[in-house]
Amino acid sequence: MATNYETHEYDVLVIGAGGAGLRAAIEASAAGVKVGLICKSLLGKAHTVMAEGGMAAAMGNVDDRDNWKVHFADTMRGGQYVNNWRMAELHAKEAPARVHELEAWGAVFDRTKDGKILQRNFGGHKYPRLAHVGDRTGLEMIRTLQDHGIHQGITVHMEYTVVALLKDGDRVAGAFGYDRERGRFRIFKAKAVVVCTGGLGRAYKITTNSWEGTGDGVSLAYHAGAELLDMEFIQFHPTGMVWPPSVQGLLITEAVRGEGGVLRNKDGKRFMFDDIPDNYKSQTSTDPEEGWRYTQGDKNAKRPPELLTRDHVARCIMREVKAGRGSPHGGVFLDICWIKEKIPNAAEHIKKKLPSMYHQFMQLANLDITKEPMEIGPTTHYAMGGIRVEGETQATNIPGLFAAGECAAGLHGANRLGGNSLSDLIVFGKRAGEFAAKFAKENSASQINDAQVEAAAREALAPFERGAKTGATADGPYQVQHELQEMMQKLVGIVRREDEMKQALDGLGKLYEREKQVAVYGHREYNPGWHTAIDLKHLLTISEAITRAALDRKESRGGHFREDFPDKDPAAAKYNSVISKGADGLMQLRREPIPPMREDLKQVIEEMK
Amino acid sequence: MKTVVFRIWRGDATGGKFVDYTTEITEGLVVLDVVHKIQADQANDLACRWNCKAGKCGSCSAEVNGIPKLMCMTRMDTLNTDKPITIEPMRAFPSIRDLATDVSWNFRVKTKIKKFKPRKPDAEDGTWRMQQEDVDRVQEFRKCIECFLCQDVCHVLRDHHKHDEFIGPRFLVYTAALEMHPLDTEDRLPELKQSQGIGFCNITKCCTKVCPEHITITDNAIIPLKERVVDEFYDPFGWLWKKIRPKS
Repeated sequence: MATNYETHEYDVLVIGAGGAGLRAAIEASAAGVKVGLICKSLLGKAHTVMAEGGMAAAMGNVDDRDNWKVHFADTMRGGQYVNNWRMAELHAKEAPARVHELEAWGAVFDRTKDGKILQRNFGGHKYPRLAHVGDRTGLEMIRTLQDHGIHQGITVHMEYTVVALLKDGDRVAGAFGYDRERGRFRIFKAKAVVVCTGGLGRAYKITTNSWEGTGDGVSLAYHAGAELLDMEFIQFHPTGMVWPPSVQGLLITEAVRGEGGVLRNKDGKRFMFDDIPDNYKSQTSTDPEEGWRYTQGDKNAKRPPELLTRDHVARCIMREVKAGRGSPHGGVFLDICWIKEKIPNAAEHIKKKLPSMYHQFMQLANLDITKEPMEIGPTTHYAMGGIRVEGETQATNIPGLFAAGECAAGLHGANRLGGNSLSDLIVFGKRAGEFAAKFAKENSASQINDAQVEAAAREALAPFERGAKTGATADGPYQVQHELQEMMQKLVGIVRREDEMKQALDGLGKLYEREKQVAVYGHREYNPGWHTAIDLKHLLTISEAITRAALDRKESRGGHFREDFPDKDPAAAKYNSVISKGADGLMQLRREPIPPMREDLKQVIEEMK
Repeated sequence: MKTVVFRIWRGDATGGKFVDYTTEITEGLVVLDVVHKIQADQANDLACRWNCKAGKCGSCSAEVNGIPKLMCMTRMDTLNTDKPITIEPMRAFPSIRDLATDVSWNFRVKTKIKKFKPRKPDAEDGTWRMQQEDVDRVQEFRKCIECFLCQDVCHVLRDHHKHDEFIGPRFLVYTAALEMHPLDTEDRLPELKQSQGIGFCNITKCCTKVCPEHITITDNAIIPLKERVVDEFYDPFGWLWKKIRPKS
């Protein structure tokens, strides 16, 4: 029966075509193996285009004191030391070469006066480190990889959705999915599979993520038997739009603060000076004037507190709002127009440095950021947790299955530094592609199991069957999705508490039951109701993983803040949370000790303190 | 709350019709929000592409009251809501379903344009040096989000269906970004003149008007490329010089 489905056969199948997926596909094809690339949307539309600020790489073009050691120490400090230190080391060492490679493939970064790649300041980075193109760096990255990749002999499947990973015994055997245009099932047989499906922000109501960010890869890998790591660590970006309601959550780049933007409450006070964490005190200015000089490139100035790590800034904003010092629509003010006091032609300068922010506010909020402050508030942005991988190869615990980019975990620990995501994509996308190709060369073809294929097809079509049976009385997928998003936002959001999270687990139980009854109508061709019904399963899986891991970590660290355990627990710095699917099909959680750091790296961290 | 009527084209490659949807809107919505609301409440199977909802990915291109636009960047308060608002797919491309069109031709065209070929690195560490003012104009072209609205509005494609002979404004901008890249050493002028049909463009600037990234497509990309083609192939003195110049 399964032989009726059209089958595509590859050595390496890459699922997801954002920065990590494209980079993995390019690397695998360069190794001489046959590569297939699956995009959920059209090629070049993945969420990478939304990245604005830049990619972190210690090239030292603007400040020659920068090097991989400083970047490594910054990444570990930002991640509160639960990072995979080997990944943080490789990332810091390899990011500069990966950025230069993009330039060799046609990327056009902003320049320094001596013609090198310009680097900008960003939260948690000691020196100006982010290679960038205005505030559209993600677009530059994805377009460069896309335009290079289309000449590499990669077969691209646009607008395909994977519904299950297929296995041959313990190893991965490929994937099963459908094309959106016709709704036809396809088998993708592969010796190795690289999952690069990005984020899971759509589990929350207020998010920077597009419809695609439903945690597909994390959920697919989990159900295939892969382990998940540190799912409790979700990054709430401090600056999302709060008004008008239709754009609530939309990202405002950290580069606004990097260029001198300041945060104020309704009384006009720069509240970030009120709370500077101990481990950043030595690097943070307490003087507004010095902070301004830092943003303008004064190497002897310390950074303003607006450029503290994202987890901390987001919580300070929440504090102001809760204390009744917020803006009219429940946020605070982010002000860049004030720099007109400091520089001539400030309006032109802002438009040049932050062009897409300027247009975003003009067009969506009818607000001129060169004249008025923006209203902003925290928004769900990034998953530090995800599929557990081996640091050097990006291999999961399933032979032949690799993961890279946001859907993989480890590099960022409890909190990701801005700019470390784009560099993550190219450093570990490359590594995943390289080692997937190596695996494919060293292993024979896998076998497709017809029973697995048929089971996946039945499950995927179940919502249509229910639609045909029940008529228009059943729950639609959108209603269940909206309720899930509301619940996660309210109960497992920025500030967490045991009783609320237990309530969320109960709620998830009920939503699982409703998901089993969700009905869709119409035909299989380009039917968004059907796609939403399929995404819903992934959202439920990852929401459960986030909630269970967050309940278990009884401390506050990075993106995970517990009102009932507001402090860091030194003992909890020694483990990662690992989630896997038990033999009974239920979610299992265990704590696993973090492997001891190599002595030379420990020394680097000591030196940089 | 205000009641509006959205007149949305529903159908596929075999044909279709406009269907009216009445819905309530609140302050601050964009057209894509209203389409999503209709999708969630009244028409779960209404096909429409979107991703970033911030004008950065170029997925939600459509014709709003007949004008090619990104639905995510079209505020409701810029439209007259007393009359039905028509939403239809980009008409220069074949229909898939409802608002989703088959734009695969664009991806095929791009693969035929010669890729970036940089000169040798300027520094021993394998890196290059470029001045900001030398990359400014290329950066303008590289803002393109590939929404294909310029292709949609171009009469050479929309009305005359010259898809086999003309690459359209998007890929003239793409070629300009490569040709004017300070590091690039490739020559794409012969194809521009021949198979890519730059001569079909008669600079009506419709593409520039609809570009959501405000790229001055005609003036900054197409006209300079046309000039380069003219210099290369139609300048008699240049032609003579190429014949008689000493071979190095």
